[in-house]
Amino acid sequence: MTGKVEKIKTGIENAGVADATAAVVKEDSAWIKNKRYMYFASMILPGIPILSAFLAGETGNGLWLWSLFIVFYGILPVLDQWSGVDAANPSDELVEELKDDRYYVYILYGATIMHWIALVYMAYTVSTLDISWFSILGGALSIGLANGLALVAGHEMGHKVNDKVQVFFAKLILAVSGYGHFFIEHNKGHHKDVATPEDPATSAFGESIYKFVQREIPGAFRRAWELESARLHRLGKSEWSLSNEIIQPALITITAYTLMLAYFGPVMIPFLAIGAAYGWWQLTGANYIEHYGLMRERDANGRYERCQARHSWNSNHKISNLVLLHLQRHSDHHAHPTRPYQVLRDYPEVPGLPSGYPFMLALAMFPSAWFSLMNPKVVNWAEGDMNKVNIDPDVKEEMFKRYHNPKVA
Amino acid sequence: MKKYECPDCGYIYDETLGAEHEGYPAGTKFEDLPDDFPCPDCFVREKPDFVEVEA
Ligand SMILES: [Zn+2]
Repeated sequence: MTGKVEKIKTGIENAGVADATAAVVKEDSAWIKNKRYMYFASMILPGIPILSAFLAGETGNGLWLWSLFIVFYGILPVLDQWSGVDAANPSDELVEELKDDRYYVYILYGATIMHWIALVYMAYTVSTLDISWFSILGGALSIGLANGLALVAGHEMGHKVNDKVQVFFAKLILAVSGYGHFFIEHNKGHHKDVATPEDPATSAFGESIYKFVQREIPGAFRRAWELESARLHRLGKSEWSLSNEIIQPALITITAYTLMLAYFGPVMIPFLAIGAAYGWWQLTGANYIEHYGLMRERDANGRYERCQARHSWNSNHKISNLVLLHLQRHSDHHAHPTRPYQVLRDYPEVPGLPSGYPFMLALAMFPSAWFSLMNPKVVNWAEGDMNKVNIDPDVKEEMFKRYHNPKVA
Repeated sequence: MKKYECPDCGYIYDETLGAEHEGYPAGTKFEDLPDDFPCPDCFVREKPDFVEVEA
């Protein structure tokens, strides 16, 4: 253990984009190396629905199927608060050592297989056991939460576009919940337009998650389709071809879901629909909390400034970061989208969430509680200048009246 | 044939290779890329951000 703390130059400055924040390297190499094994959580969590389906089968008690739901909302937020924040940031040398280590990628391949087993085994269980609709609902929601985690792993692999195997596994794991268009939409759409009013995957100040989802899900799909069509047209192909990287994972989903419907019967219709929809809902929630109200400024030519660390809400809580592959170190992720999860860094001076995603996702479902906690943080971030905030146009006037109070320099 | 580097992720646009997957065939000159051409690896830097690599 070393207590070495120093300011280092980050890639943000190297890129010639001025940013007041620099990552503080607090290399705790023992901890960072121990985390290596803790990322197994990505394979263990989809194991929970598998184990709970097994226990339900053994005991005949369908309530077991709620296990992952209870772990996620009941136990993770408590562990998250208890374990506190993760102060360790890897040094440049450690980044070099860890960033190309294939071990971290193999975990994600393992997770991909676990998620498919979890889905099929849970589907088999709800169709064969004599259990109540309430237990089936628990199974579907637990799979929905697992699907959300699958999207996190798919997100990570989907960014590694120069690695064909990772992209293949990304498609495979996104297909578990029928969200294969995500990696195109996310890399080329969301990352480009993030923290601007043009982005359907960036939530606006004063916009509830229930309003956001109606804009986000269709908007993201449309943008993915347009981007992929444009790519195929440049290649001289039709968008209706097997080269379409939205159609490829969709075919995996359609095949698997059709087979499950054929073998496991009509209960698959509500089960698969709820499981997929709840997975999508987790992703909507993540998008909702990651950039709420934040906005990039335009330069003299009207072009948006490049995304900096201050354009994402960051959360550095230990347990949830392990479970979510450091997705919560979101500031670094958006500043450097290809940086692998094991070397993402925390920054001290970026907008911070008071808890990890499990708690924040739950909070977002109660809009008045969300607004009362988060709105003052956004206003503070903008130093009271509501012109710098990405506000929902429907409530703009009202929000200006209530919050606009720019600091005089 | 020239090369241009993405200042964020280090991707190099090599005119001899183009960016095939993105629909820019080998031999596509950098100047013929559209202004909103994004880095085909990180997608957060665009043509105006790229820096020519000295041969
Ligand atoms: Zn790049």
